[in-house]
This record gives sequence, structure tokens and C-alpha cells, in this order.
Amino acid sequence: MKYTGVHAGAPDGARSYLDAATAAPLHPVAREALLAALDDGWADPDRLYADGRRARRLLEAAQAATAECLGVRPDELSFWPSGTAAVHAAVLGGLAGRERAGGTLVHSAIEHSAVLHCAAAHRAAGGDSTEVGVDRLGRLDLDGWRAAVAAGGAGLAALISASHEVGTVQPVAAAAEAAGAAGVPLYVDAAQSVGRAPVPPGWSLLSASAHKWGGPPGVGLLVVGKGVRWRSPYPGDDRHRPHSPGAPDLPAVVAAAASLRAVLGEAAAEALRLSALTERIRTRVAGTVPDVEVAGDPVDRLPHLVTFSCLYVDGEALLHALDRAGFAVSSGSSCTASTLRPSHVLEAMGVLSHGNVRVSLHRGTTAAEVDRFLDVLPGLVTELRKEAGM
Amino acid sequence: MTLDCLGQRCPLPVIALARHIGRIPVGATVTVLADDPAAANDIAAWCRMKGHRLVTSDATAFTVERLS
Repeated sequence: MKYTGVHAGAPDGARSYLDAATAAPLHPVAREALLAALDDGWADPDRLYADGRRARRLLEAAQAATAECLGVRPDELSFWPSGTAAVHAAVLGGLAGRERAGGTLVHSAIEHSAVLHCAAAHRAAGGDSTEVGVDRLGRLDLDGWRAAVAAGGAGLAALISASHEVGTVQPVAAAAEAAGAAGVPLYVDAAQSVGRAPVPPGWSLLSASAHKWGGPPGVGLLVVGKGVRWRSPYPGDDRHRPHSPGAPDLPAVVAAAASLRAVLGEAAAEALRLSALTERIRTRVAGTVPDVEVAGDPVDRLPHLVTFSCLYVDGEALLHALDRAGFAVSSGSSCTASTLRPSHVLEAMGVLSHGNVRVSLHRGTTAAEVDRFLDVLPGLVTELRKEAGM
Repeated sequence: MTLDCLGQRCPLPVIALARHIGRIPVGATVTVLADDPAAANDIAAWCRMKGHRLVTSDATAFTVERLS
């Protein structure tokens, strides 16, 4: 399919997928493992006959490999039907396990909406929650955090490892130390970090999502550290360790495990390469698009993700214009959200929320694609501003 | 000066503000009425980016002083 028009920057209809932070393209190792496991991993691993035992061996191998990648014990790790399901299990299960210790969920203002929805559900069930703000760069207010975890009544503290919207890496080690000193377990949502950047130790619970690193969709990871209290918030789960209700998607789990190992082997080199490309975007966008705000910490940030907001531009219109030019990106502007509310992350930072674009790169992204994006963007913004009378 | 942008979605209230700020003298104020959920955040961000001062920010009324 060919794109035509003044700003159709896609030669021969080539498309550039620049939304890896939503879902990274399937890693070739994941694809291979998935196809192989479709033949071997269809049976229920809880059954005792030969087919079930074969599935069990596959599951245990995937569990061991993934645990090794994360530097945790296999029995601390469980697989869930999605990253969001793992977040829910972490927050609600972590709170349930600490019911007698405290009913308050302490969380940053820039958590993934899955955490915020858990906080709302927790409040609706009679619990409490305290939100801790961030600065203009999207970095946690550590003084506010220390006060909140030490205030008494805190059952669980939740902090995202790095912002999924602006990329700012959070002070996880310091936040963990403060939570630890107050005797409050820390849950870290590491969905954007696992497979790309190390997560500092000190947490009690951690979750991740396979399709953020190039594994298949539909696999969430939950790590509950040894000795951390966790109680299933779901009906009919009589297991001692965290376990997703129902049979796992074993082929997807196997593919997730295989791809995580492959991705970690490439991670250091990819982080350098992608970090240079996102730096190029930060610099060029600020230099070629007038009235633009590049968000997030310029240094202490995720390697693959960059976010900026263009004054006087409708985020949805810009997203569609970029799509027509062959670029898939996401936006935190309110017009692109089902709620019609601006991104709570941009709002917490006080960063312009309209005209917002998040670009996130993956192992298949080339410098040429990034340059083409940077060539096309200023003209699209100018055109949209002209249409708006600016 | 008051700009009635009630019912308008962002970035329209900010665009209206940007269009009218040049028509008032430095030191004078303009009030924007806007009920878009993004207005409070985005008008404050616009003031910061363009070097003007947000004098008051009510639920749906935002008064801005032209500084330059």
C-alpha cells in the first residue's frame, strides 16, 4: 500500500512501528519457541499423565529460565494472563497479605493506570490510598514518599521502575530503603525496564509483561519474594504460592522465557544504540519544532522511549497525521484517551498534555527510520497549527 | 478581557489565549473560561513555556498576566 500526499514520508509505503512501549514486535526467538511449544505444550501441566507431565516440564523449564534471567528463585515467580493481570495480583494480593498490618496503599502519581485502578478498587472496598507526587521531570518526590510510607497504616507501597509515559527512571533503591525502614513491602512495576535496563534490588514484589520486551502478548510475570506475605484476591485459589487461576498459555509462556533470555543477551548493546537514537529525537525535536516541550529526565531515563508535546496541536490529529505518513506512535493527550482526560502522568509532572507524542523504539528500529520521522514531523506540526489558525 | 472557551476541547482554549495575549498590554490580564479537563494543566504549562504568569486558576476560570 502506498501513501500519497505532501507529507507521505514513507517510501514505498514502508511503515515504522514506534510504539514498542505498548507492545514490542515479536522477537524471532519468541516466534520460534512459540511455534515449537504449540506442538508440545498444549496439555494441562497439572495433570499426571504423560502429556500433562511433558507440559509440566516445559512450564518448569520456562519458570527456571525466567527466574534466572530476573535473578530470583523459580518458586518466587508466577506467570499471569497479562502484565495488567500481574499488576492486579501484585497490588491486591500484596494488600490482602498485609491486611492486619495496614490498609493504606502508598503509590506514586505516575503509576500505570492498572495500579491506580487497584487503588480505586481498594478504596471502594474500605481501604485507603496515598498518592506521592513527582517533579517536573517525572521523578518521585522522595521526601513525600518517606513521609507516606512512615505515616503508619501503610500496607503496601507501589512504585513504577521507570515511567512508561516519559521514561524517567525512578529512585527505586532509595524508595525501597525508605519502605524497608518503615516495614512496608515495596511493589515495583518493572514492565518498561525488564529486558532493557536493570532494576535495583530492595523490592518485595515485582511484575513485568512479556510483550514489552518482544515476547508474545498475554504473559505477565509476578515475583513475590520469599517471606513476603501475599494472599490471592481471587476466588477458588487454594495454592500456597501465587498462581494465576486457570491453565496457563504454556506456548506463550515458553516463548516469553526464551525471548527474555535472548533480549537480555542483546540488552546492553541495544540500550546504547537506542539511547543514542532517543537522544537524537530529543535534540532534533527541540531544535526543529517551535513551541515544543520534550518531557522527562534528559539523562536518567529509559533507553528506548521519548515523549514530547507540541503547543496548539491536537494530539489525536497529530497521531493520525503520523499514521498516514507511516509512523505508529502513541499519545497521552486527552483526545486520544477513552476517558477524554489527559494523561495522569503528564498532569502530575505539569507538562503540556495536548499535542503529545510518545515514541518508543525496539530492536528492529533503524537510524534511517528515526531520521525519516524527524524529517516528517516538523512539517506535520506546522500544517496542523496552520489548520488551527496558529 | 474574558475569553469564553466553555465547551471547547484542548488545545482550543490555549490557542484562544495565545491569539489574544498579544492584544493586551504587558502587565494586563486576560481570563479564560474553560471546562476541558486538560485546561488547568495546559494553561499552566503554556504560561510556563511562553513566559507569562498564571494569576489565578479556578475550576473553570484561569486568569493570566502578560509578562512580555
